[in-house]
Amino acid sequence: MNADKVLDAKGLACPMPIVKTRKAMNDLQTGQVLEIHVTDKGAQADLAAWSKSGGHELMETAEENDILKFWIRKG
Amino acid sequence: MTFKQMTAAEVSKKVINKTDLFILDVRNESDFNDWKIEGQNFEFLNIPYFDLLDGVEGILDQIPANKEILVVCAKEGSSVMVAEMLSEAGLDVFYLMGGMKAWSEHLEPVRIGELTNGAEIYQFVRLGKGCLSYMVVSKGEAAVIDSTRMIDAYLDFADDIGVKITHVLDTHLHADHISGGRRIAEATNAAYWLPPKDAAEVTFEYQPLESGNVITIGHTAIDIQALYSPGHTIGSTSFVVDQKYLLSGDILFIDSIGRPDLAGLAKDWVGDLRETLYTRYKELSEELIVLPSHFMIIDELNEDGSVAKKLGSLFAENHGLNIADETEFRELVTGNLPPQPNAYQEIRETNMGKIEPDNEKQREMEIGPNRCAVR
Repeated sequence: MNADKVLDAKGLACPMPIVKTRKAMNDLQTGQVLEIHVTDKGAQADLAAWSKSGGHELMETAEENDILKFWIRKG
Repeated sequence: MTFKQMTAAEVSKKVINKTDLFILDVRNESDFNDWKIEGQNFEFLNIPYFDLLDGVEGILDQIPANKEILVVCAKEGSSVMVAEMLSEAGLDVFYLMGGMKAWSEHLEPVRIGELTNGAEIYQFVRLGKGCLSYMVVSKGEAAVIDSTRMIDAYLDFADDIGVKITHVLDTHLHADHISGGRRIAEATNAAYWLPPKDAAEVTFEYQPLESGNVITIGHTAIDIQALYSPGHTIGSTSFVVDQKYLLSGDILFIDSIGRPDLAGLAKDWVGDLRETLYTRYKELSEELIVLPSHFMIIDELNEDGSVAKKLGSLFAENHGLNIADETEFRELVTGNLPPQPNAYQEIRETNMGKIEPDNEKQREMEIGPNRCAVR
């Protein structure tokens, strides 16, 4: 999936993946897509819940070699 | 104002002493609804940390001024952040050290009582997950039953009271938590006993635990008698300790009964479960004190934090033991089951020795409540 911006949040523990995601999202326009890489497993449910509460759309998730990837479209 | 840490052990004391506590749980809503710290006088507010990144001003009016406040998250990081924000807003607060991860792993040893010849039995209460394990101690020796994977808790406790662990037993192949049985046995050179019918696929050596086995702890001082009691699993075995205590495993709990489906064969095993509960257990003395391997709700705890009740009282009060109609019983234990425990298939494979996940992975597999019972 094509992303307008990629955020590397690997190695960071909660709450940092969300804090960084939120900051990166602020730099995007509505409709643009942010790709996020994390290693903290807890981020999965949190990113989904955060997207929902913020009106964003979590479009896709993937896991490669213990790296979790997320694509979120700004709402 | 200040923010300080509170340990899982300190929270346990508050659960047992029924102390007031206000818990601000900052995990996401679904994790909170799935599983949280339970206490009779605990009050809860669930606001995810990611909704508080701009500040805590919006929730200050929901936080009481006259109670201790504990901020809780999954692993600690977010609770420290929120606790710091609250302290800057003028409150005195605590955060849970190690988060729900530490809460899930904390074991609280409770002395249950004395047996013949000065022997003793202890219950290890895992409040965060509702798991119960046991140590029977006699004349310098000890047996550990249904241990959790936090084996240091048992090894250190045995050291502290000056006993050597000589036998390790599991009532059945667990599906809700990873057994520490094999590792304790390896660390202490103890014998590891498992019911052979549950151990058909295990990859390691064990002693077959069968009905009629008598295991002696501390030179004839105390006996553990095995009693085959299938139903939760096909091999499930109960123990009668010193003719006084019935360790019922996951067959019979205080306010619920075991579920027969976690090894995939609910319909086959429901008959065994009924036979065990309504016939085999009926033949035992009603004076036996039942010590199960789980509790489901905090109301099942006694005043001292233990989970124990006379078999006679359970026959009178436990709904699962009072269903005369067999069809209705079958319906209860196969038709209306709660969700299965997190990662229960992987947990079973770990307990068989088929897979060996690392510590972090094991911790993750055990997240959530035990869900071994039906009410």
